[in-house]
Amino acid sequence: MSGNLPLAILLSSLLPGLAIFFLSEERHQLRVALNISGALLKVGLVAAALFGVWQGQHYEMSLPLVPGYPFLLRLDPLALLFVSLSAVLWLLTTIYAIGYLEESPHRSRFFGFFSLCVSATVGIAMAGNLVTLFIFYELLTLATYPLIVHRETPQAIRAGRIYLAHALGGGMVLLAGIAWLHTVAGPTEFAAAGGALDHVDAERRTDLLIAFALLVAGFGVKAALVPLHSWLPVAMVAPAPVSALLHAVAVVKAGVFGIARTVYDVFGPALAHDLGGTEILAGVAGATILWGSIQALRQDDLKRRLAYSTVSQLSYIVLGVSLFGPVATVGGLVHLVHQGVMKVTLFFGAGNLAETLGLHRVSELDGVGRRMPWTMGAFTLAALGMMSVPPLAGFVSEWHLGLGALEAGAPWALAVLLVSSLLNAAYFLPVLHRVWFRAPAGPWQEQMPRMRLETRLSLLVPPLATAALVVLFGLAAGSSLSPLAWVGLISAQEYPG
Amino acid sequence: MSDAVSAPWLMAAPVVLPLAAGLISVVLPRGRAELAVGVGALILIASSALLQTVTASGTQFMAVGGWTPPLGIGWRLDFIAALFLTVTALICLVVALFARGYLRRALPAVDERFWPPFLLLWAALAALYLSADLFNLYVALELLTLAAVMLVTLEGNGAALTGAMRYLLVALAGSAAYLLGVAFLYQGAGTLDLAQAAAGGAVPALAVALMTAGLMAKGALFPLHGWLPPAHAAAPAPGSALLSGLVVKGAFYVLLRLWFEAEPIAGTTRQILGLLGVLAIGWGALLALRQARLKLVVAYSTVAQLGYLLLIFPLAEGAWRTAALSGGLYLALSHSMAKGAMFLSAGLVLYAAGHDRIAELRGLASRAPMTLFAFALAGVTLMGLPPSGGFIAKWQLLTAALGGGQWPWAVVLLAGSLLTAGYTFRAVASTFGSAPAQRDFRTPPRSLEWLALGLALAALGIGFLAADWLPRLEAAFR
Repeated sequence: MSGNLPLAILLSSLLPGLAIFFLSEERHQLRVALNISGALLKVGLVAAALFGVWQGQHYEMSLPLVPGYPFLLRLDPLALLFVSLSAVLWLLTTIYAIGYLEESPHRSRFFGFFSLCVSATVGIAMAGNLVTLFIFYELLTLATYPLIVHRETPQAIRAGRIYLAHALGGGMVLLAGIAWLHTVAGPTEFAAAGGALDHVDAERRTDLLIAFALLVAGFGVKAALVPLHSWLPVAMVAPAPVSALLHAVAVVKAGVFGIARTVYDVFGPALAHDLGGTEILAGVAGATILWGSIQALRQDDLKRRLAYSTVSQLSYIVLGVSLFGPVATVGGLVHLVHQGVMKVTLFFGAGNLAETLGLHRVSELDGVGRRMPWTMGAFTLAALGMMSVPPLAGFVSEWHLGLGALEAGAPWALAVLLVSSLLNAAYFLPVLHRVWFRAPAGPWQEQMPRMRLETRLSLLVPPLATAALVVLFGLAAGSSLSPLAWVGLISAQEYPG
Repeated sequence: MSDAVSAPWLMAAPVVLPLAAGLISVVLPRGRAELAVGVGALILIASSALLQTVTASGTQFMAVGGWTPPLGIGWRLDFIAALFLTVTALICLVVALFARGYLRRALPAVDERFWPPFLLLWAALAALYLSADLFNLYVALELLTLAAVMLVTLEGNGAALTGAMRYLLVALAGSAAYLLGVAFLYQGAGTLDLAQAAAGGAVPALAVALMTAGLMAKGALFPLHGWLPPAHAAAPAPGSALLSGLVVKGAFYVLLRLWFEAEPIAGTTRQILGLLGVLAIGWGALLALRQARLKLVVAYSTVAQLGYLLLIFPLAEGAWRTAALSGGLYLALSHSMAKGAMFLSAGLVLYAAGHDRIAELRGLASRAPMTLFAFALAGVTLMGLPPSGGFIAKWQLLTAALGGGQWPWAVVLLAGSLLTAGYTFRAVASTFGSAPAQRDFRTPPRSLEWLALGLALAALGIGFLAADWLPRLEAAFR
């Protein structure tokens, strides 16, 4: 039992973040040093934790908070899945953001809240009970707001207002669910494969179902389940690194992760299935997958198209969580990681187009592959992954989700997945066609002085790294070091025997 | 009444020190601020020591001047009183430090006149927390009102005088009602000691009704809240912080002791008080959302926040009684700090912009980011978001509502948080963007920003003390 490691993982972004707030705008070097060293330290700590947990170590930290609920941080395999994703993508996104925001105002504020955002995310991942999770969940809401309104334009302020209304409203529903569960079952903490609620009387099943619905609805706002998703496309006005972080790691994943915790470790898959809660959830997820894809087809703004794609892809994870069975679990949870690396690559690409050439619309992208081959190469790999083209990461997720759907006796879910893949192709392939096979309409509106590379190095390295991961997670899925192998470990815990 | 007080001078310190300093400050030609800050630090030390004493050796009683109840001045120091003394001392000390720097810069005409009523107010609050019988409470309440009205009048302009006059009239009517209630109680029960009266089983309903109405007027509890916004907005910012943070909660403190130590009335009356709370939350928030001036937003927010305190009355029933009561006290304490911080930052906005018209604050966020951050952080406590003290309170009230099968109150609690977020972020968002060229903002002094931020952080931080405080607050009502 060691509590220092979870605390260190939390503080490795929290302390640099707090320090950055007090740096004056001109202290560029020091800010970069703080950011990068915090991010590197976090990756190192997470690597140590992965090794330790794999060896069977138990890391837990507990402080008294409210009666019945300690402030509990714990590193279990599910927590580590999310923590690792956050740590790696935070490092890359930070490098990207440093390049992206060069010379723009309010950078201390930006990077301070950026770090707070990631701290909240790893806090959500490591939380050992619902109250601790809620603390970080609300911190995430508040820390993200200044990032969304960062540009301080009227649209940004409006997007911030819509985001806050959704996220705080969801938070209150979540709190109601937590309190409801507390009054029914007393204090609980997360337990693999459930069992935390076994002592609740059979006649209080309705209360349990209400609590389940409130919890899932509360998390569902951030997970952008239809019809709670409308904040996500609006939040696109934020700078590209924020969108990347929001869509791949922080906000939306926090919602999805919360749903996974609720199903697996609060109720347990058996009870959640038994209550009938997951069946409805699977239906909502299926509808969200199709709705998001259909909406994505209609968007000309590249970032909005990607946003609706996120709405759709997130529900792949929710679908995997809500279908009963170990294989669907593997498919859903591995997509937590796979969707993250693919979507962050796509947003890096969109950001590079905007920052280098001032391009925002799909219809402006004719021939841009010749001007920015590296960026668009990475973008293309990620887009193909989203279409579940083998052997990329997306295929691995989809394959397990499909098998899981059949195992759970839900062939309709398989049909949803297949239709969605077609729709993904329908909204990504035209983009790729324009990028690679059409001639440019005219000279590019260069936004920065021409250099030897197609854009700044700090804007180029992150997408190339994440695109490499998209390939690697697909090709090496069978390796014991892959996300798939780790998710297999989680799945075996949640479905013992 | 047998426990001897281990240190009577210590128990008297929170009342005697500010009273003496207040009297001295009247004749002191200058250096009043320094006197207040120095004495304030002493009071904070004494209050913390009293908190230790209560922790170590339980509730303390003291008969001032050797007269014992039912005739004399009986003081009682339990955990609740010690906690309120300490938190009050903390807030007053921060406000004193703030006022020392703020008034000189922003309102030099008010500077020296601020201190006597401020110190008197502090003494009255301490006496209020310590008083063990209903007549002493009356005296403390009167002193408190007088000092508070003086703080409202300080700026001497039309708005201040009108606001102060309305406040004075409502408060005097409240006093009269309260005193009448006390008289009825004495007639019926033959004692002014609440515990003795309750033990005798004879607390006339009329007496309780009159006292409650009087306290509601003084505490600006809906529908008797109308005097609060103009009065609180007219006072100089450090004064507003005291009025909204502490003075109205003083009346609530008495109300809570009256209703839950003697338990005179149960049932539907409590539901009615709860409904008034709902109306306060809705009405206060609605008006806060529509105000054009920042200080009025904060003042209407107080009206709404006081409504939460009324929700305790229906919720404190049965098995969840102590949860609701401890939650209510937590709410009062954390709101005191948060409201204080909010008014201090509103004062800094006023200093930086020269006005507090929300529509004309665009660009302020770049000039005074820390002020706005303090304001938003105080709002986080008012919203009841974790890990603030407001969250602990909301959690207690929420579980009491759901556990007691009274879920409509839970809906009110949660919806109220969203309304609070609405007016807080409306104010914050109005300061984003780039300032028009002709607008000239001053940068607020860093030290004053730190004080406002510190108070907001304290409101956030007391959430972490819940594991220690909550069980002891619950025990106080068993």
